[in-house]
Amino acid sequence: MKIRSMAAILAATVVLPFAAANATDLEVTHWWTSGGEAAAVAELAKAFDATGNKWVDGAIAGSGGTARPIMVSRITGGDPMAATQFNHGRQAEELVEAGLMRDLTDVATKENWKEIIKPASLLDSCTIDGKIYCAPVNIHSWQWLWLSNAAFEKAGVAVPKNWDEFVAASPALEKAGIVPLAVGGQPWQAAGAFDVLMVAIAGKDNFYKVFKDKDEEVAAGADIAKVFKAADDARRMSKGTNVQDWNQATNMVITGKAGGQIMGDWAQGEFALAGQVAGKDYTCLPGLGVNEIISTGGDAFYFPLLKDEEKSKAQEVLASTLLAPATQVAFNLKKGSLPVRGDVDLAAANDCMKKGLDILAKGNVIEGTDQLLSADSQKQKEDLFSEFFANASMTPEDAQKRFVDIIASAE
Amino acid sequence: MTGQAHTGRPSKLLRNLSSKIASIPMMLTAVVIFLGGTVWTVIYSFTNSKLLPRAKFVGFDQYERLWSAPRWIVSIENLAIYGIFTLIFSLVVGFLLAALMDQKIRFENTFRTIFLYPFALSFIVTGLVWQWILNPEFGVQSVVRSLGWTSFTFDPLYNSDIVIYGVLIAGLWQGTGLVMCLLLAGLRGIDEDIWKAARVDGIPMWKTYLFIVIPMMRPVFITTLVIIASGIVKVYDLVVAQTSGGPGISSEVPAKYVYDYMFQAQNLGQGFAASTMMLLTVAIIIIPWAYLEFGGRKRG
Repeated sequence: MKIRSMAAILAATVVLPFAAANATDLEVTHWWTSGGEAAAVAELAKAFDATGNKWVDGAIAGSGGTARPIMVSRITGGDPMAATQFNHGRQAEELVEAGLMRDLTDVATKENWKEIIKPASLLDSCTIDGKIYCAPVNIHSWQWLWLSNAAFEKAGVAVPKNWDEFVAASPALEKAGIVPLAVGGQPWQAAGAFDVLMVAIAGKDNFYKVFKDKDEEVAAGADIAKVFKAADDARRMSKGTNVQDWNQATNMVITGKAGGQIMGDWAQGEFALAGQVAGKDYTCLPGLGVNEIISTGGDAFYFPLLKDEEKSKAQEVLASTLLAPATQVAFNLKKGSLPVRGDVDLAAANDCMKKGLDILAKGNVIEGTDQLLSADSQKQKEDLFSEFFANASMTPEDAQKRFVDIIASAE
Repeated sequence: MTGQAHTGRPSKLLRNLSSKIASIPMMLTAVVIFLGGTVWTVIYSFTNSKLLPRAKFVGFDQYERLWSAPRWIVSIENLAIYGIFTLIFSLVVGFLLAALMDQKIRFENTFRTIFLYPFALSFIVTGLVWQWILNPEFGVQSVVRSLGWTSFTFDPLYNSDIVIYGVLIAGLWQGTGLVMCLLLAGLRGIDEDIWKAARVDGIPMWKTYLFIVIPMMRPVFITTLVIIASGIVKVYDLVVAQTSGGPGISSEVPAKYVYDYMFQAQNLGQGFAASTMMLLTVAIIIIPWAYLEFGGRKRG
């Protein structure tokens, strides 16, 4: 008896806060905390508040690596938020399979997501067993080389137009006391730079054979050996970077301490914040100027399954708000990313963003490695490349052997 | 309960019943959470659990992968280096400091506070402080260079070969004060008469310390050893704050491998296998020692 009433009281204390709160408060977790990112999130919140609901911001500081474990443990631990950011791809795959995520197929068919979301691979990444589980909000591509015009001027060489010219110019940069290529110490930066080199040097077909089909023979072959050769160049050129975070590395390019950086288009926000102008102060080369292809990774919102009906309804409203044309424009301009729908007008975009939009319109896109590989394989790749970039005595051949092992064991 | 106490002699089980009842929650916690959690982890280390635990058994696959992962091998080597040097240096330096403090010096309180102060800081703060001190552009190297030695190089955190010693310095700075305090308390527990007797016999001071006082302080040393050793095995936050495992993977430690693979790589099985290996290492050290320590006492 007593135990039962105790349990009832306990249950009540858990339920009460939910019942007492206004039913349409939705907590949304994400890891957008840098200046430009926070401004972009504010746009989403504004749009959602305008529908009469309330966006409760649940920003988690530290990058995705820190935030994702917290989000996952809240969902699996029975304290789900109303919506959460993930990179679309395989990060939330198991949560969906475990039935913890909400099926958005109804909203998606009503709003015709299949037609409006471009490229279609974005929605495919949200689809598991024919049902749609997430709302993509933006496209971020990795394949960019950012160059400091001032650094090349100081070294007395022309700003390179592609990767090979950049490698050739590196001795001149070094002589002028400039680090040719800034690569921060965080593991994902080295691994990401390698993926970019892979697309640029080995091409789209080989990229897919290795990362999508997990073809060991191709991974061990001569084309990929060339990529490792280029990674060896990159390692030599990155010596002396001595910073950890990606934005510190970008800052080296902004201040002319480094010649260039291989980084995704989110770096653009940093250049903009420093008041630099594309083409004048810095140069951007999509696909390293070799192979103009961009990957279409990015961010998406997932909606955990909730018992509260009011909240479930508000989740639908949020999902359609995220994809509304006005929200897409406002959000992506602040974020520096590309919108997920092809039918919106981005007249205010800068030169580099326009280059990206062009490539997107031509359809020269590939899926990102987050979409193709599991988090486990990605982590193993990070371990390999962070070691490779830090340890000059590791030969490209050894690294390729270990790379083949990772691909062989990938699922 | 009271009725029983009146009717006859309470059985052994019922003696001190209230205190036994009071300790039930803690016993349950120990059995269910610690022991249960440990057993569960070991069992699931034989599965291929990814983000969520799944009871699909794959034998020793996770362990094979673990021992062929270069990062795990580096982690074990680093832990060995860090562990051995931490043990030696914190005990030796801690004891020397304690012995110096014990010479009835002036301002003992002040010195004790200064030496113990680093221990009041968390490993995160310690790690960040030493990251700055050892940074070549802001720390020791730039100070020495600005004094005129322009070729002076001291950048342990950016050199793969010696980075673990950079972490070691920070760990010692933080932990030695506590060792000193524990050993000082032990020294204070030695009877004055023993010192007097040693002096009457004409035994030099260092010999008195080495052959009389230290053997008498055995229990204190064991406590200290356990505290230091547990600190070594679980070292994680210091590395995260100071180097985050870098450069490359050269300052990785096992606890960080466990966390990264369980949560970032979404591969619980691999993380469980790594944590089981950590448990096994601790067990290999603890069990023979506990057997000698406690088993021996019963006989004597």
